[in-house]
Amino acid sequence: MAKHTITMTINGESVSAEVDSRLLLVHFIRENLDLTGTHIGCDTSNCGACTILLDGKSIKSCTYLAVRADGAAITTIEGLAAEGTNHPLQQAFHDQHGLHCGFCTPGMILRSVDLLKNNPNPTEEEIRWGISGNLCRCTGYNNIVKSVQQAAKEMQNQSESV
Amino acid sequence: MIPANFNYHKASSVSEAIALSQELGEEAKYMSGGHSLLPMMKLRFATPEHIIDISKIDGLSYIKEEGDMLKIGALTTQTEMEHNALLKEKYPILGDAIWLTADPSVRNVGTIGGNIAHGDAANDQPALMLAMRATVVAEGADGTKSIPIDDFFHGFYMTALEPSDVLVEIQIPKAKKGSGGAYHKVERKVGDYATAGVAVYVELDVDGVCQEIGIGLTNVSAVPMRLERGEALLRGQKITDELISEVGQVASEDCEPESDLRGSEAYKRSIVNTITKRMLNKALERARQ
Amino acid sequence: MFKCKTSAEVGGMGHSVKRKEDARFLHGKGNYVDDVKLPGQLTMVMVRSPYAYAKIKSINKEKALAIPGVLAVITGEDLAQYNLHWMPTLLSDTQMVLPTDTVMHQSQEVCAVIATDRYIAVDGAEAVEVDYEPMQAIVDPFKALDSDAPLLRPDKEGQEDNQIYHWERGDRAKTDEVIANADVVVKERIYLPRIHVASIETCGCVASYDKDTQKLLVYLTTQAPHAIRTVVALVAGHVGLSEEKIRIISPDIGGGFGGKVPVYPAYVVAIAATFLIGKPVKWIEDRSENLVNGFARDYHMDCELAATKEGKIQAFKVSTLADHGYTDSSANPSKYPTGMFSICTGSYDYEHAFAELDAVYTNKAPGGVAYRCSFRVTEAVHAIERMVDKLAAKIEKDPALLRLENFIKKEQFPYDSPLGWSYDSGDYEATLKKAMDMIGYDNYKQEQAEKRAQGKLMGIGICTFTEVVGAGPSKDFDILGIAMFDSAEIRVHPTGKALARFGTKSQGQGHETTYAQILAEELGIPYTDIEIDEGDTDTAPYGLGTYASRSTPTAGAAAAIAARKLKDKGKKIAAYLLEVSEEDIEWEVGKYFVKGAPEKSKTIQDVAFAAYTNIPPGMEPGFEATHYYDPPNLTFPNGAYICVVEVEQETGAIDVKRFVAIDDCGNIINPMIVEGQVHGGLTQGIAPAMYEGIEYDDEGNVLNGTLMDYLVPTAVESPHWETGHTITPSPHHPLGAKGVAESPTVGAPPAIANAIIDALAPLGIKHLDIPITPAKVWEAIQAHK
Repeated sequence: MAKHTITMTINGESVSAEVDSRLLLVHFIRENLDLTGTHIGCDTSNCGACTILLDGKSIKSCTYLAVRADGAAITTIEGLAAEGTNHPLQQAFHDQHGLHCGFCTPGMILRSVDLLKNNPNPTEEEIRWGISGNLCRCTGYNNIVKSVQQAAKEMQNQSESV
Repeated sequence: MIPANFNYHKASSVSEAIALSQELGEEAKYMSGGHSLLPMMKLRFATPEHIIDISKIDGLSYIKEEGDMLKIGALTTQTEMEHNALLKEKYPILGDAIWLTADPSVRNVGTIGGNIAHGDAANDQPALMLAMRATVVAEGADGTKSIPIDDFFHGFYMTALEPSDVLVEIQIPKAKKGSGGAYHKVERKVGDYATAGVAVYVELDVDGVCQEIGIGLTNVSAVPMRLERGEALLRGQKITDELISEVGQVASEDCEPESDLRGSEAYKRSIVNTITKRMLNKALERARQ
Repeated sequence: MFKCKTSAEVGGMGHSVKRKEDARFLHGKGNYVDDVKLPGQLTMVMVRSPYAYAKIKSINKEKALAIPGVLAVITGEDLAQYNLHWMPTLLSDTQMVLPTDTVMHQSQEVCAVIATDRYIAVDGAEAVEVDYEPMQAIVDPFKALDSDAPLLRPDKEGQEDNQIYHWERGDRAKTDEVIANADVVVKERIYLPRIHVASIETCGCVASYDKDTQKLLVYLTTQAPHAIRTVVALVAGHVGLSEEKIRIISPDIGGGFGGKVPVYPAYVVAIAATFLIGKPVKWIEDRSENLVNGFARDYHMDCELAATKEGKIQAFKVSTLADHGYTDSSANPSKYPTGMFSICTGSYDYEHAFAELDAVYTNKAPGGVAYRCSFRVTEAVHAIERMVDKLAAKIEKDPALLRLENFIKKEQFPYDSPLGWSYDSGDYEATLKKAMDMIGYDNYKQEQAEKRAQGKLMGIGICTFTEVVGAGPSKDFDILGIAMFDSAEIRVHPTGKALARFGTKSQGQGHETTYAQILAEELGIPYTDIEIDEGDTDTAPYGLGTYASRSTPTAGAAAAIAARKLKDKGKKIAAYLLEVSEEDIEWEVGKYFVKGAPEKSKTIQDVAFAAYTNIPPGMEPGFEATHYYDPPNLTFPNGAYICVVEVEQETGAIDVKRFVAIDDCGNIINPMIVEGQVHGGLTQGIAPAMYEGIEYDDEGNVLNGTLMDYLVPTAVESPHWETGHTITPSPHHPLGAKGVAESPTVGAPPAIANAIIDALAPLGIKHLDIPITPAKVWEAIQAHK
């Protein structure tokens, strides 16, 4: 089977690799790059545990071929904030108890990054619809909504103060 | 779940895609967003030998009015459509549907062309295209062809596209004053395929008489379905509540749903009746604005 | 209300301190089982049966083995050579590890393919050729007991039909007599369907056997690592896997909810594979395997509730048929094959009750494990709470009033229930009244009357449940003979910082925070100075694990008592340091001082340092303590939930307008975490109430084995939950705590069902089984036209 050389930026670093046509992006990230913060929960693009940012947009990496990410800039949860710091969403999930087991959390946060980029001041309903492709079995979502609300406020404050 | 082995090919242009497809033959499949095809490959329901990636082709992502048409490039993602000012202002029916299609991350990748070319009556866009009388523009080995939407869907996952045809553009008659459309589907939960969905597009003249009407149904037939009998009842008429009720009834009679996990045939017929009426009212309301 | 004894910095009980475990999860540094990567690791994929019931005529490995990278295909015959093809279940039944001749349910493991990577293993599994001879499956449990039904388990000696067991409790004759003579009797068959916990992380393991040291290391998604170690030793001891050579590590777990208690066959196959091959073997379940191969519930309950015409409840009877699939793999205490189902008499004071249950085999996946519920409490609560509402409807009495009139009163605790439980504490009236106030019950009743007058469908549903959790006292509770105590071991280091280890295992409950808070409460050491460690059988003290809301009632209590042992030792050290007698030393949080001279004091940190540096003569050095806590009783959390819904008659669409949950879980360790647990449990309550259920066709095929069709609620389906609590401490728990995380899963479904059925009452609809979907409502409305 054909091998393809792909080059992409992952969390700001350039990565090159030779991959099979059928390698799924999520496996490339987890197994080739050892970035295990991106999770697999359903295989059918329903649960969103594998959500990453590809060129700034949230996508489900279990339903995306690694070879198609050639030339892309990818952000995984490991690269969302500088080592030892929190992105406002990470801080908000901590402050608002927006996570229990943590398995959906990376995908939930990365999806929320994209949500807030397109809608910096979402209503509760818009947040709920905006994260509807990411399942959480632990939190009942109330505190995830509150986390996104806190982060929205914080990010707006930050952008105003710039 | 892992797809079976295949060979990946990236096409940089439509002509390259067509050439690749011709060279690789019947076992080659185009992939656009991939959110219909790749899950089927992971389940090994589909095992193509070759995948031709058309998602990187430049120039197929646009939304514009030109002449008397709204033109949407086939690779325009659902998210791009969702946030497009022109569509928000003049074609809210598209936003109705996109909001209810899968979820935002899937819509970031899923394209309008793919949603239609997959030929799946469960997808949302086919009903809209039927209602709005779209034309599908495809390029193939023998040049460009324009396929009226009524000739496009042939069967379960089957369309008028030849294996090497690339769907490049959707053309929709430009919204006129007095026109309006609306879409809704009942779903078991957010992001689900429709239990039943109805798209309505209506054009009224200054006197409120229905000049043109399109009604498309989602997931209540093997092939995306136009409600012809309902349209005939409304065309040329002043649309009254009684007529709307009658069309709802006709919709429930003419659709061809099957009982499954989403509900019984009778339930689905009833849902089609209800949504048809509601979408007629909503489309009329928008047309009158 | 609970008053904090410690400062926010110390962070003892009652403080909503932020969770200590969050950072790694927020940064993608959690260590879940699929993140484990050992040198030379191989991957295992299971070949599974497409049929629900079939003879295996042959298994051809050749094509699979011809694929480069496929190293082995392991069948039941291979395991039979080592007598490893069957294993015991946690409830004294037997289960195939891999079949030698017959498959008993769709998706049963048929053989295992071991390969160098996941992709090749999947190709290998596709290439294995299995020749089946399908047989007519028994899918309907009511047909399993027909005289002409095929005997599904001829392998079991003495098994003559498909009944697994009959169980009963209570006085049948007296209960029947009261029911026969009652003014009012309501009856209903209530079905709680098969559902699956569907934790977002599926199950999996990495098994690694070192032939030189003869040590087996298994990273495993398990809620009960110690129990699993013992089970592995019992199952595989005869091939040389001795318990001291087995190390089970339960790493971070992506949600458990009961689904990670059982021993799944693939775990055993992976262990066998590493034992035979000598390389680490990883197995990670895919979502369909996860959804189709286990379940909770599946109880068909015939209920009768008798009362006076005024509505005084007199007797309750329930006869249940339980579909266990092809083996009883329930993870219940051995003396409680139906778990705590006998809590079914509920929160009400009456004398007579009888419960019986027949468990049967069918051609379905084994399970009977939990779905965020303490051993069948959900089924029990659903039965009584639906029946109380039926009674209210029948005698046309407000269901809130009916409950208030029948509640066990505050002063009646401890209360001996008709089926043998001793409820520890509660104030049911206060809890329900709080819920009614919070939601504005009277206003909704008025609004409902107005809406009904307009022909609109609006419903108000109540559930006032009593749970029974914290198994349990060793005289009654064991799993495979092992008493259900739990444990804590505390080591306070010379600098006054501490490490504490437990026999439980968090799966998101926040143990790293709440256990530290318990120790902070007891010792005055700031919670931030206390590390919590669980899940490694080589280091943690033995315990039965985390499920059935037992961590706080058992391990939490163990932590408090171990800390008190340390405090006693510390008192002696403080007396020595302060040169007074022990009787003259008093304690306030974090500090020993001389009675009457509070300026003369030693902090707990001073004392810890002295325990290593300046030990009183004759005293054993060090500052460590361990306690194995055997609870004197279970705890009985309770709550009052009220739900308001509107139903659209034309489409059956259901809109949950409000949901208020008032929980009484005794004293609260961390209110933020308790609230979070309640939110999560409520969403796992609305899930079976309105969305989830495993569907089978007549051949035993599962129809909704992916998350496309098994409808786990998203943030849109999940309402904005409103919560609150009352506090009635448990009198026998050292901290007065009770456990909470399953209460909402237990309490929400009947509240929602009662609300929807109340909404439909004007149409003559008296009962619907969950999940109550719009389609089901629509069908019911048509049937009542």
